[in-house]
Amino acid sequence: MGIRIDLDKCIGCGDCISACPFGLLEIIDDKVQLKEGCTLCGACKESCACEAILIEAPAKTGLASDSYRGVLVFVEQRDGKLKSVAYELLAKGRELADSLKTELSAVCFGHNIDEAGLITYGADKVYLVDSPEFVYNPEDLYTCQLVDLIRQYKPEIVISGATSLGRSFIPRVAAILGTGLTADCTGLEIDIQNRLLLQTRPTFGGNIMATIICQTGRPQMSTVRPRVFKRGVPDKERQGQIIRVDFNKEQITSRTRLLSFVEDITGTVKLDEADIIVSGGRGLGKPENFKLLEELAGVLGAALGSSRPPVDEGWIPYCHQVGQTGKTVCPKLYIACGISGAVQHLAGMQTSEIIVAINDDPNAPIFEIATYGIVGDLFKVVPMLIEKFKDK
Amino acid sequence: MNVVVCLKQVPGTTDVKIDPQTNNLIRSGIKNIINPFDTYALEEGVRIKERCGGKVTVISMGPPQAEQMLRESISLGADEAILLSDSAFAGADTWSTAYTLAAAINKLGQYDIVICGRQTLDGDTGQVGPELAEMLGIPLVAYVSRIEEITDRQIQVRRMIDEGHEVIQSPLPAVITVTKEINVPRLPSLRGIARSNSAVIPVWNSQEMGIDPNKVGLSGSFTRVVKVFFPERTCQAEILEGELTDQVDRLVDKLKAAGLV
Amino acid sequence: MEYFLTEQQRTMKSLARRIAEEKILPIRAELDEKEEFPWATIKELANADMFRVFVPKEYEGLGGGCFELALVVEELSRVCSGVAVVYAASALGSFTLMGYGTEAQKRKYLPALASGAKLAAFALTEATAGSDAGAIKTTAEKVDGGYLLNGTKQFITNGGDAEIYTVIALTDKSKGPRGASALLVEKGTPGFSFGKKERKMGIRASSTRELVFRNCLVPEENLIGKPGRGFIMVMKLLDLSRPGVGAQAVGVAQGALEAALGYTEQRIQFGHPLATLPVVQDILAEMAIRVEAARALVYAAARTVDSGVYDYTETSAMAKVFASDVAMKVTTDAVQICGGAGYMKDYPLEKMMRDAKITQIYEGSNQVLRNAIANDLRKRKART
Repeated sequence: MGIRIDLDKCIGCGDCISACPFGLLEIIDDKVQLKEGCTLCGACKESCACEAILIEAPAKTGLASDSYRGVLVFVEQRDGKLKSVAYELLAKGRELADSLKTELSAVCFGHNIDEAGLITYGADKVYLVDSPEFVYNPEDLYTCQLVDLIRQYKPEIVISGATSLGRSFIPRVAAILGTGLTADCTGLEIDIQNRLLLQTRPTFGGNIMATIICQTGRPQMSTVRPRVFKRGVPDKERQGQIIRVDFNKEQITSRTRLLSFVEDITGTVKLDEADIIVSGGRGLGKPENFKLLEELAGVLGAALGSSRPPVDEGWIPYCHQVGQTGKTVCPKLYIACGISGAVQHLAGMQTSEIIVAINDDPNAPIFEIATYGIVGDLFKVVPMLIEKFKDK
Repeated sequence: MNVVVCLKQVPGTTDVKIDPQTNNLIRSGIKNIINPFDTYALEEGVRIKERCGGKVTVISMGPPQAEQMLRESISLGADEAILLSDSAFAGADTWSTAYTLAAAINKLGQYDIVICGRQTLDGDTGQVGPELAEMLGIPLVAYVSRIEEITDRQIQVRRMIDEGHEVIQSPLPAVITVTKEINVPRLPSLRGIARSNSAVIPVWNSQEMGIDPNKVGLSGSFTRVVKVFFPERTCQAEILEGELTDQVDRLVDKLKAAGLV
Repeated sequence: MEYFLTEQQRTMKSLARRIAEEKILPIRAELDEKEEFPWATIKELANADMFRVFVPKEYEGLGGGCFELALVVEELSRVCSGVAVVYAASALGSFTLMGYGTEAQKRKYLPALASGAKLAAFALTEATAGSDAGAIKTTAEKVDGGYLLNGTKQFITNGGDAEIYTVIALTDKSKGPRGASALLVEKGTPGFSFGKKERKMGIRASSTRELVFRNCLVPEENLIGKPGRGFIMVMKLLDLSRPGVGAQAVGVAQGALEAALGYTEQRIQFGHPLATLPVVQDILAEMAIRVEAARALVYAAARTVDSGVYDYTETSAMAKVFASDVAMKVTTDAVQICGGAGYMKDYPLEKMMRDAKITQIYEGSNQVLRNAIANDLRKRKART
């Protein structure tokens, strides 16, 4: 079991060496050898014309339990209002449920939840746990309660937003249930033959995409970043069932305590919801130069964003950061000023509808994904844009 | 305080470039480093030790070459370091990684706090810390950006969420994952480097840890990678030309035509 | 060129370089502009155990000598001479104790110097006594309980920021230079205050102040070495520290060479990078040769000092004179070949040129040292 190189078949051509995303293959004495750390992804096997690489995946005993059916979306809310990622996941969940010819359920915890959208946006059933203890999203309660519901209703797929909450408590749920979880999926599809969820996600900062399956563990769990999928169109006529679940106060308690919460002030327009974002990078040179972008944002009614370097330098607070370790955004228009376009930043904004890049380096990677590019000095271009937009 | 810090050795850069002709990776001498977020975890662990007294033990699940990174952690203030290495651990997903780390931590005996970085440079999942907490049966606080108070019994931290930050109190032992806002990692010291050169780094395999080989590595993983591919990159930018003023004019026209402004 | 460093020396050098590049480089322009004392950097150096390099192991040091000190000073100076000087001056202040202190004095003061918790300074120069060090006027009159210090020291590096001062004063005025002694004075001692901070051409991150003593009572046990032995000690101490000044010079010259090379590689004129034009290559080659020669001489001098030979006056003087002249020439040439850009504060070259000048002046001006070297030459000839 595992990976083996048939040295008789290997001709030492080295094609597999460049195929390995982890750099683990090397030529020694005209034949290929493998270093430690192989994840059995199979990229080398596909590249080998001589079929000298053999991979045997371990056979997990038994198949996935047949008793798990249905798609479950964990719907996140804050202060009673559903987060927009919830609507995006309902749309995707509906699609998956339809492929599998099964039900879509939504689960939501909170207090005084406005559940109006859940059925109209695609759920067949909604499990609501509405109780004052859930007001501040205590993760211990969320974890235990979701585990309970999953064990009771046995969905085959569970998807959740990869928000700070989702990234914290969903792995705990997976650990307790003893099943696989794939984070930050950018693609979810059904392999109908095997009744498997194909989960695609970026690795190495987005340079390499991997498709992952959870063969026997149930449910198959995924988290998805906000703005990766699009929300659907609500159907006001849709019928569904709202099931109120009692919160079992005795059995489920929180070990941690929330003492206080401080909100980030991101300016008048919130980054996550903005239709237009004006974003700055290292090319701005100095913290004061964000004022120029603020002015452009003001004229356009846009939110202000940033790549990572200005945040690291302390020029602008972290809540403006767009990228791998910041926010994922998908506005109608994203204007990148003085941003080179490192992969980690692109991961946070490349699905924007229209991307405008302004950079004085014609080779900046940002031009590869931009819709329109201006190669020029942003300190000349941005003031010109401000003037033009003011006129209109 | 007995502090446990979990480190992972990762490739030194994720800027793996693709050769546009062959669609293969261009790699030139990528060094292995401590996962950057883990350096913050280690620094915080050492600061806790300096504040409260005690010991910092670093563990890492990895191939034999990860020993170098563990030595480096000693030069940065760790008291001891243990490598968890076994061919059976290869191909582990986050679940079996957490399982292996939990087994090692349980073998260590008494501990007060476990610190992890918020995510790795290569995997980016951020899952191991939370899963580890469940396997150890202790509370978790993720995305900690500052430790405000710490005693034998409990910890009070500031942690980052999408909307802002929260101040959370948790009993100890607990697992925390940290962000880079929490501190500025130190450079090694000369005495630290000397200590790291002479340190003995034990290597634990699955037998020594008393764990079932079917629960670790690829065998223990629930998820596995079935396909790896390079994302499509097509240069579709329309690079505007002409005088800068003309370029700006044309851009504004296009944006207006698209109904955006 | 291969200098056969030991593992430990290599570690010291590379860690010093890392600190210089990661912690000093980003702030050097600001330190220079604002003449700010680099406390944050001193803390980094202390945390990395850099101050332990030159202190003996018995006093919580790492037991390095002149050579190890030179390695660290060179790396720091390559990025910012100002910071390097703070470090090197503290070393000089510490050497007095290490060379001539009693066991009790060493135990009392060296650990804090080794940990970097405190800095040292060395106070010899006065308004009327620069090169003519023998003309000092500061007196230390023996009184009940100790010595009463009166006088003013001028141009003292780390003055005001150091805690521990080695002060050379006349305990017996009648004997002239033979009546000078060394005293350890702590900051905060009543009667010990500081003049204004000097505004300098270069090494602006370091602080340079007057020390003012008015009936400052220094306890008896703070006399270092024997009374009257002051100048003999001073001469020896300066011999010991001159390779360090040489290292400072080599460092700034190296920094200038690298910066000039980097700039001329990418600056295009007449269709080619400057670095490809023969006239510029000539200058670059001369710069490189000089830097390497200076480095080799400084290293050889430092190793000679550490080897235990009794007389290394001439060796260390030669190293300092040669390296400082090289530093001035190389930094000037660096500005020249970088042209207008070299002159602008946006680039580091002009600072390096301003920083280099002092190495020709202090710790024995190159004129005084050349005299001394010539005298030594003649004495040796006379003996044969």
